[in-house]
Amino acid sequence: MSHHIVEVKELRHTYPDGTAALNGVSFRIRHGEAVAVIGANGAGKSTLLLHLNGYLAPTSGEVRIGDFPLTRETLPEVRRTVGMVFQDPDDQLFMPTVFDDVAFGPLNLGLPPEEVESRVLDSLARVGAEHLTEKPPYRLSGGEKKRVAIATVLAMSPDILVMDEPTTGLDPFARRRLIGLLKEFRHTRIFTSHDLDMVLELCERVIVLREGVVVADGPAREIFRNEELLAACRLEKPLSMQGCPVCGNVTRQPEDIIRNRKGAVDE
Amino acid sequence: MAKIETTFLDFTYLDLLAEGETAVHRLDPRAKVLATAVFIVVVVSFGRYAVAPLVPFFLFPAVVVARGNLPAGFLARKLLFVLPFVLLVGILNPLFDRETALTLGPLAISGGWVSFFSIVLRSILTVGSALVLIATTGFTGICLALERLGVPQPFVVQLLFLYRYIFVLTEEAVRTVRARELRSCGRRGKGVGAFAPLVGTLLLRTWDRAERIHLAMLCRGFRGEFHVRRAYRFGTAETLFTLGWVGVFILFRLVNVSAILGGWITEMLQ
Amino acid sequence: MHMADALLSPAVGGAMWGAAAGAIAYCSRKVRSDLDNRRVPLMGVLGAFVFAAQMINFSIPGTGSSGHLGGGLLLTILLGPHAAFLVIASVLVVQALFFADGGLLALGCNIFNLGFFPAFVAYPLIYRRLVVGRSGGGREVAVTIAAAVAGLLLGALGVVLETVGSGVSALPLSTFVLMMLPIHLAIGVVEGVVTAAVVSFVRKARPEIVESVRETRPLAPFPMRPVLALFFVAALLVGGLLSRFASGNPDGLEWSIARVTGKGELTAPTGGLHGAVSSLQGKLALFPDYRFKQPPAGPKPGDARSGEAERGSGTSVAGMVGGVLTLLTALLIGFVLKRRNTSG
Repeated sequence: MSHHIVEVKELRHTYPDGTAALNGVSFRIRHGEAVAVIGANGAGKSTLLLHLNGYLAPTSGEVRIGDFPLTRETLPEVRRTVGMVFQDPDDQLFMPTVFDDVAFGPLNLGLPPEEVESRVLDSLARVGAEHLTEKPPYRLSGGEKKRVAIATVLAMSPDILVMDEPTTGLDPFARRRLIGLLKEFRHTRIFTSHDLDMVLELCERVIVLREGVVVADGPAREIFRNEELLAACRLEKPLSMQGCPVCGNVTRQPEDIIRNRKGAVDE
Repeated sequence: MAKIETTFLDFTYLDLLAEGETAVHRLDPRAKVLATAVFIVVVVSFGRYAVAPLVPFFLFPAVVVARGNLPAGFLARKLLFVLPFVLLVGILNPLFDRETALTLGPLAISGGWVSFFSIVLRSILTVGSALVLIATTGFTGICLALERLGVPQPFVVQLLFLYRYIFVLTEEAVRTVRARELRSCGRRGKGVGAFAPLVGTLLLRTWDRAERIHLAMLCRGFRGEFHVRRAYRFGTAETLFTLGWVGVFILFRLVNVSAILGGWITEMLQ
Repeated sequence: MHMADALLSPAVGGAMWGAAAGAIAYCSRKVRSDLDNRRVPLMGVLGAFVFAAQMINFSIPGTGSSGHLGGGLLLTILLGPHAAFLVIASVLVVQALFFADGGLLALGCNIFNLGFFPAFVAYPLIYRRLVVGRSGGGREVAVTIAAAVAGLLLGALGVVLETVGSGVSALPLSTFVLMMLPIHLAIGVVEGVVTAAVVSFVRKARPEIVESVRETRPLAPFPMRPVLALFFVAALLVGGLLSRFASGNPDGLEWSIARVTGKGELTAPTGGLHGAVSSLQGKLALFPDYRFKQPPAGPKPGDARSGEAERGSGTSVAGMVGGVLTLLTALLIGFVLKRRNTSG
């Protein structure tokens, strides 16, 4: 399963206007890991994600997906392996109906019609959107759009899921539902988010970016306990790790929460 | 402002109508596109003074509205919005064409007025049939029909994209206009000076969005070809619909139904 | 200003449809061979942008009225003529279908008037020739205004010629021209000012957007000739074909059918395209075949009327009654069907 590995070595990217967005980023993500890339606005998160599917080419450094370095030749295979869910689902859902949209990728892969159909229905079922098949995307709610956007990516059967700000703009119910969905996936998952509670719930590992450099990389709980680091990176503790606003007590230790939730998932 | 939003609501309403589940909605879009095209050509093929022979043609929109379960009042209201330009040009006909064309008892009606009424009827019929087409077929259906009928794919794809993002971008525009409205007193703040950056910013955002969409397409294996899966079938129902209506249109073109009916009535009265 | 179905004859409408279809086919091929598939979503989204931008209006100084962006020239500056033509055409398709601007038969005319002139005349001959390489400042504004005005005036002229050529409206050519041109001159100036302002804003913020089009522009002399030739051939073909069946002479179709079926009419209309007043008496009245034309012996569709009715005002009253009755019948059929629909 070594091809589910994502490895970034000394990645640097400077935009044509001279802005240095990434200044030597390195990390290695193993198969099945769920990792969050967090950092302030402008820390380089989006630029980093755009390298993972080869939309941006590194100024220097290397990106390896699985066993391949990312090059022109490996690009189509890499794009199939790395499924990318965009922040604004309107950018991702561009076809006339949900079905057409989810079928877009499989059709481009040149799959036979029956296979396309079954993939579309499978992926929609996995995100709980079977009933939306014939709807046009502009008629969906925010949460529905997000789930369909994920289905469009699942239909490509990627090994690695990359999601940019998955929970922004969702109401609490839709957010909760999405988190539940993402927990079920066994893919290698890479998120960027400002929703640190979601990060705490979904990811064992967190990579903190500041000004294009990795300033911390480690278990989520440890990083979120380091208040000095968080303040320096314009971040804060997830709300669930902060004291109760009424009585001032931390009612449960975050470790317990995570342990409990993990237990629940494993059962 | 409010007017803009209503126009747009009408737009989404028309789009919703196309999701109806009647037999007319279920017909292959090509049948409806073809029948409507023939309808329009036949209607405009009448001479400039034709009024009565045009009237039977109301049968087509009326039947489709009924079978398609469309709201007649809404469509009629939409039609009213279209008339101004036609009226503007048409209303001059009575000024230039004063020759008496027919007499109604003591009343002499000039050719100009007759042709004016003819213009009004034509526009109601042609525009009405287009509205009925979109309300029973939907934009996507029409586009796919066009592709099947030989319209080049780049153009069709483009139409589909345009339609998809009208909803997103007009919403952005409405928000922008609302924000400007709230901070401009009367006409101030609405000059070209503020307009250019406003529209320019919208344009830049649109441009960025197009790039993100392109990226999303690349991520899903887009290599320049578009594949849309649609199982349309031009079966018996479609053939009957198309040929039936075309036959009716030709009949109405050749036989002045109004005149025959009127003849009978006056005969009976005498 | 949009051309309307109601003012069009099928020959003119069909000819313009042929022309527009030819141009769309040509531009589609051009755009497809352009290897940059980044443009596929860009064009569609910019079409949607035109709608969005048209929702934002601005006040025109000193007039008390407000205007909005047309967008034809702006699109051409951003996308180049071929892609822009397709975008303008698709905007017009949506307008024709949803906002009932013009109508479906007039679509060909509108695509030609509002797409061809800005993209293939005003842009290459005025804008590109005079502005390229010397962008910025008053000169650019002046050139943009000139291009916008030229595009709009030509478009207005197109509307005039198509209307007069169709012969449905009785407006004489000169009056119509005098009516349309000043309005469009004003609209063109406003459009030019606004376009120049938006372009200069975009250039300041993101110069590469405006430059990228320039780079992708073909270096060879602008291929006006194939486009024009295509237009004319298509227009001639379709126009010619159609006028065989339905000549511009309003009664043409009836007449030729009558001839084919051997039931010629005494006063077969042979008048010119729109020799309105002079041939009026000889042509159709309110109800063709009804008053002036004596039918030849033998049954004819319009023959059902009685001898009495033929004299005096009887006929037109009959026509009137029949018309109203037919309308009512049509609506009644619709109503009944609808009732059955909702109850069943």
